[in-house]
Amino acid sequence: MIKDITLGQYFPGNSFIHRLDPRIKLIALVVFIVSIFFAEGLVSYGLCIGFTVAMVAISKIKPKLILRSLRAIIIIVIFTALLNMLYTPGKEIVSFWIFKITWEGIYAGFAMAVRVILLVTVSALLTYTTSPMALTDGLEKLLLPLKKIKIPVHEFAMMMTIALRFIPTLIEETDKIMSAQKARGADFESGNIIKRAKALIPVLVPLFVSSFRRADELATAMECRLYHGGSGRTRLKSLRYGKIDAIGTIILVLVCAGIIVLAKVFGL
Amino acid sequence: MIKIDNLHFAYPVDDGEEQKEAIRGISLEIKRGEFVALLGHNGSGKSTLAKLLNGILIPVSGAVYVDGMNTADEDKLLEIRKKAGMVFQNPDNQIVATVVEEDVAFACENMGLPSEEIRRRVDTALETVGMSEFKLHAPHLLSGGQKQRVAIAGVLAMEPEIIILDEPTAMLDPKGRQEVMKAITALNREKGMTIVLITHHMDEAAQASRVVIIDQGKAVLDDTPEKVFSQVEEMRSHSLDVPQTVELMHLLGDGLDLTKISVAQCADEIEKYLS
Repeated sequence: MIKDITLGQYFPGNSFIHRLDPRIKLIALVVFIVSIFFAEGLVSYGLCIGFTVAMVAISKIKPKLILRSLRAIIIIVIFTALLNMLYTPGKEIVSFWIFKITWEGIYAGFAMAVRVILLVTVSALLTYTTSPMALTDGLEKLLLPLKKIKIPVHEFAMMMTIALRFIPTLIEETDKIMSAQKARGADFESGNIIKRAKALIPVLVPLFVSSFRRADELATAMECRLYHGGSGRTRLKSLRYGKIDAIGTIILVLVCAGIIVLAKVFGL
Repeated sequence: MIKIDNLHFAYPVDDGEEQKEAIRGISLEIKRGEFVALLGHNGSGKSTLAKLLNGILIPVSGAVYVDGMNTADEDKLLEIRKKAGMVFQNPDNQIVATVVEEDVAFACENMGLPSEEIRRRVDTALETVGMSEFKLHAPHLLSGGQKQRVAIAGVLAMEPEIIILDEPTAMLDPKGRQEVMKAITALNREKGMTIVLITHHMDEAAQASRVVIIDQGKAVLDDTPEKVFSQVEEMRSHSLDVPQTVELMHLLGDGLDLTKISVAQCADEIEKYLS
């Protein structure tokens, strides 16, 4: 039941997108999302959509998986689109009660829906094509300058790695505890919200206790394998800025500059 | 390789509680290439002893030397742990990474080795425990025996001289136990690795070259498995069983040679007795 939850799922592959340095992918995500919000006319939106579709195609990730990640946000998309549609002033088409639908409103509504959909698609693409380890590694390297102002970057990255590693283990354990409680007559499915939340307490308490025990054992095991913080640590796969990363950077800069110039200079 | 000298240890307790010594004066020497099984029932102090061997716990009095280095010397701690690798009971709680090969690489990464050297060691370690084909798998999808072999590979990648295993098969099913025991015995016989196996399974201890019985924090018997297990009454007095082969021969009566502990030897011995 809970086992079906997938978080930041990764689909191994060997495409151009998969092989890109995670640092480039993280920066690209931020830069591209910002560019999307610069888009104005049909041409610049078209470029955004085209670029996203092309990336999905290159990554060889099944479109079905992208659609699945979009399903979760469909209500938000419809809601923001409707709000934009109803509250944008301009040339009126129809009006009823306190609502007015305008041409500008319809356009703004669609534009917002496209933005949100693209945003989720590229984010999903990042987690689908980058292993969690590579992602935390990239994040650690990118945030390294923060170490100068005494922010423990390595420790945060390590915490993230361990959290990702233990999600499936803890989900499995929750399932086990719930089955054990059910076998003793616990009822998780009936009653109102408060009653159901209360029923979860006997699940959460043992889960917390066992997490502390796990943490203790893991810390000992890590010490036995010579872990002594981030200093002097090397990596099995050290991140290297290679040829494909250079190509990726150039494409990214061209596309994003294109979107912004088209939108802001030519108003397309 | 490891020298234990009149070792005493007690866990810290709250005020007012009576302090109970977990280890009460053990002296042992473990030589290079030996396969030693530390055997004892629950609460005998065998796991505590294991934790004292590579400086997770520090002796209250007495000392443990690993290759001449005292475990109480904090500057030598990394050096000691590099020499004496340790594998724990629960494989889930000692795997750090989300991909098998990255987990095996963890210790090497901490040692600050160059990438090519890490790659070589990871591949060799996975090969040794027969897990090469799973190197890109997610650890939580493996079986218990496979996870424990990954954990052993993670320790092997440090290229230690001795491996201490604290009940590595306690949480595994019979098939997983067999896999792990096969990997451990192969390490000792083929690679000449020094092994310290903490266990309460008699048949696992029987595969060692030397068995040390721990009871109430003391080493009470220390000999070859044949000699230790043939003392059926003595073993019982320490709340321990003997392997089923010895048990059978013991029940059959006198005149049987109780040092024939393997199944084949035992069968021969009984055949001889019956004819």
